[in-house]
Amino acid sequence: MSQKRLLAGLLPVLAALFVAGSAMAADLATLVANLAAGGYSERDAAITALASSGEARAVPVLQALSAGELYVRTADKTVVIAKGSGKQLALVDAVTGKDSGSATEDDLDRIKVNNRLRGTIDAAMSALTLMNPDPKVRRAAAESLFTRRDASALEALDKALAAEKDLGIRQAMTEARAALVLASDAPAAQKVQAVAAVRERGDRDALGVLQAAAASPDAEVRAAASAAAEAVRQRLGAWQAAQNVWYGISLGSVLLLAAIGLAITFGTMGVINMAHGEMVMLGAYTTFVVQQTLRSVAPQLNELSVIIALPLAFLVSGAVGVLIERSIIRFLYGRPLDTLLATWGLSLVLQQAVRSIFGPTNREVSSPSWMSGSFHVGQIEVTYGRLWIVVFALLVFVTLLLLLRKTPLGLYMRAVTQNRPMASAMGIRTPRVDALTFGLGSGIAGLAGVALSQIDNVSPNLGQGYIIDSFMVVVFGGVGNLFGTLLGATALGIVNKFLEPYAGAVLGKILVLVFIILFIQRRPRGMFAQKGRSVE
Amino acid sequence: MKLGSIIRTGLVAAGLVASATSGAFAQGEPIKVGILHSLSGTMAISETTLKDVMLMLIDQQNKKGGLLGRKLEAVVVDPASNWPLFAEKARELLQKDKVAAVFGCWTSVSRKSVLPVFEELNGLLFYPVQYEGQESQRNVFYTGAAPNQQAIPAVDYLMSKDGGEVKRWVLAGTDYVYPRTTNKILEAYLLQKGVAKEDIMINYTPFGHSDWQSIVADIKKFGSAGKKTAVVSTINGDANVPFYKELGNQGIKAKDIPVVAFSVGEEELAGIDTKPLVGHLAAWNYFESVKNPANEAFIKEWQTFTKNPKRVTNDPMEAHVIGFNMWVEAVKKAGTTDPDKVIAAIVGVKVPNLTGGISEMLPNHHITKPVLIGEIEANGQFDVVWKTPGLVPGAAWSPILDDSKNLVADWTPPMNCGNYDTVAKKCIGKGK
Repeated sequence: MSQKRLLAGLLPVLAALFVAGSAMAADLATLVANLAAGGYSERDAAITALASSGEARAVPVLQALSAGELYVRTADKTVVIAKGSGKQLALVDAVTGKDSGSATEDDLDRIKVNNRLRGTIDAAMSALTLMNPDPKVRRAAAESLFTRRDASALEALDKALAAEKDLGIRQAMTEARAALVLASDAPAAQKVQAVAAVRERGDRDALGVLQAAAASPDAEVRAAASAAAEAVRQRLGAWQAAQNVWYGISLGSVLLLAAIGLAITFGTMGVINMAHGEMVMLGAYTTFVVQQTLRSVAPQLNELSVIIALPLAFLVSGAVGVLIERSIIRFLYGRPLDTLLATWGLSLVLQQAVRSIFGPTNREVSSPSWMSGSFHVGQIEVTYGRLWIVVFALLVFVTLLLLLRKTPLGLYMRAVTQNRPMASAMGIRTPRVDALTFGLGSGIAGLAGVALSQIDNVSPNLGQGYIIDSFMVVVFGGVGNLFGTLLGATALGIVNKFLEPYAGAVLGKILVLVFIILFIQRRPRGMFAQKGRSVE
Repeated sequence: MKLGSIIRTGLVAAGLVASATSGAFAQGEPIKVGILHSLSGTMAISETTLKDVMLMLIDQQNKKGGLLGRKLEAVVVDPASNWPLFAEKARELLQKDKVAAVFGCWTSVSRKSVLPVFEELNGLLFYPVQYEGQESQRNVFYTGAAPNQQAIPAVDYLMSKDGGEVKRWVLAGTDYVYPRTTNKILEAYLLQKGVAKEDIMINYTPFGHSDWQSIVADIKKFGSAGKKTAVVSTINGDANVPFYKELGNQGIKAKDIPVVAFSVGEEELAGIDTKPLVGHLAAWNYFESVKNPANEAFIKEWQTFTKNPKRVTNDPMEAHVIGFNMWVEAVKKAGTTDPDKVIAAIVGVKVPNLTGGISEMLPNHHITKPVLIGEIEANGQFDVVWKTPGLVPGAAWSPILDDSKNLVADWTPPMNCGNYDTVAKKCIGKGK
């Protein structure tokens, strides 16, 4: 075929393309209107059409659609983007991007999306935002392409890769490109190269890509992918153990928080306090009340609500603790069985009281943004909320230790629990110290409640879930020894988390209980037994 | 004095005042209706609402002139989330209070504990919660969903194109009878559909499990095998909040690994910050967000009755509405509250449900219901993304499991049997 004829043949095609292109450009309105029409399948096609139109307006429209902010105004059937909360929503015309007044939710029909469409939008958006001036957006786009593996984005990715200056993002894009090549119908040689690039990345997502590639029809690719997957799996196995240790520490910190107050009331005072869990619950409800109050009084302080709740929770639970000690427990010293029954009854009373005041359903305590989300250390995923709880548990522990060792109050407490008549003879007002000690233990339970409100239900039953574990930790660690409580909590946490993947959560818990029973048989006073005459 | 009896005395007193002032129900003793829901203990979180909705329904019926010209009177007892106490309280309701029907129970174990009592004393129980099936009893009416009205359609949806063509399945549940049986049915169903055994992960956790870190990490790991993965959750009650919080914190998005839950409704979501959960799914027969005049009227009445404009409604509440209306219709049809006559009259009774359909009581004592799949929205409501074209009749016995595939239940003559073996052609009867 001569060059002339080729050109002659191409011309009509080019012309047709040009016409089609301009028609598409002119018809942004149609493309957007198509989003609102038909069922999910038609909408899926409409999203792809809009995204491939190359229109600049496509990005905000798709973003709004994904966020559930794209509506059809019932009055004139125009597609609008509605922002804001409350009754009146501010409207922007989706096609022109111009302000379009405001309306209430009742006058608008939301264009619904489901998970499948969100996936399509994500894939389309990542192709569209690869050239975005914001490096964060570009990186997110590359990451999203890696996990989505939509081979049609390969062309856009190549263009972006050529223009990219940032080394980190180049890396992400190269990895994404490799994943896309593996998902495409590229020749085997290219795919084998891509396998090597994905293997470099070496995380869980990479393993997913390699495993998918290991099912490829080409024997060469299959072998390379399986070998790479195996290598990544081995590397991840080592990280898995580290991850389990972290989970164990995290669970241990929760156990420590729940048990440390009990280490005071049960460990040093010898009061079997079954209402300990309810002190935790009161702390959690205090957090709820603080958040509710702040929400209406000072919404700008909401991020700090948890910190503001800490002293208040300590005071509320501590005050209730003092009240319980003065009104019930002091009459029952030396009668452990009666104390057990009385405090258990009390725990039911407190639960039902909270149920009557706040209702039986869970209350929402929101997490501040500095306690949400996660970050990576190597292949370990650490969630901020858990990290702060570990830090907080250690802080509480150290503070309590200093309080007991370095302050006069701590001295009195130790004196009274070790030898009551002697302490009394030295002029210590033992009943007052009893009340304060019990109040301190309860107050610390209240602090635990603030932390637990971030990871558990705020419901009247909150405390019940922790009471058994708390006693287990204190008895295992050694009654009357704070370090025992710390080590006991951490050990139980880690053992539990190592058992869980193999034995399952239910059996794991049973095994831990059996282990503790056997341990107590051998060492009835726990890991760190108190020595000396005062014990007897 | 127990709390239950305090409440009861209060209600009786209130009833006396009401009847003294209205005088509309001159003749006949009031018809007593038993309400057997836990008002204290772990299950109070879910069951208290159902007690309230029953009180509202009875109140409404009385305003409409009662039943058979007699006033309805609620008898509320508190079984305190204690399974043996359920049986005791059921006995008390039937023997001492002589109630005409009982509306109650939530957990399967509480239902199993009261079954012998209802059988022995020939009472009527309306059970409003989705359950594992494999049961049909003459004295019990199951107005909640059987597995084929919730679990199976949900899995079908996830397998469809719109649901994301899921290939790998995590079946996560709390360790007790409902999740175990449901997961057994689901596993058999998935295997039947050609899902490989290694593509199914089953995980059980204790009641009230709160440390989900390693399980969520496991799910993430399971989900990164290069195939679309979904979690089918039969996690119950309190364990859900920490589970969803951990999902949010570990960044599992609904578009990557969707979670479809069978025990999470509007009430449960009221305790969670739902923004990180948008797109996760729930399968029910009713959602508060369903646009429908009957539903809107119901929500309005409920919020007025509870004096709380933010109070949400949920699926088991709708089940009680349907069950109560069916009982009222059956009593009207039979002209008496005699249990045998009501049992005979209620099969075939049709009443409107709150999602725009007409539910019917079937001979196996289950009802017809639509199945809806809803996505969690940022405001704590569900957005219906899929529904069955018509109503699905509840199946007492799962055709998927080998032990029950030949069984049918039919409480109308001539069969009159809860577990008729169609192959051996005989009623297995008790002991099954």
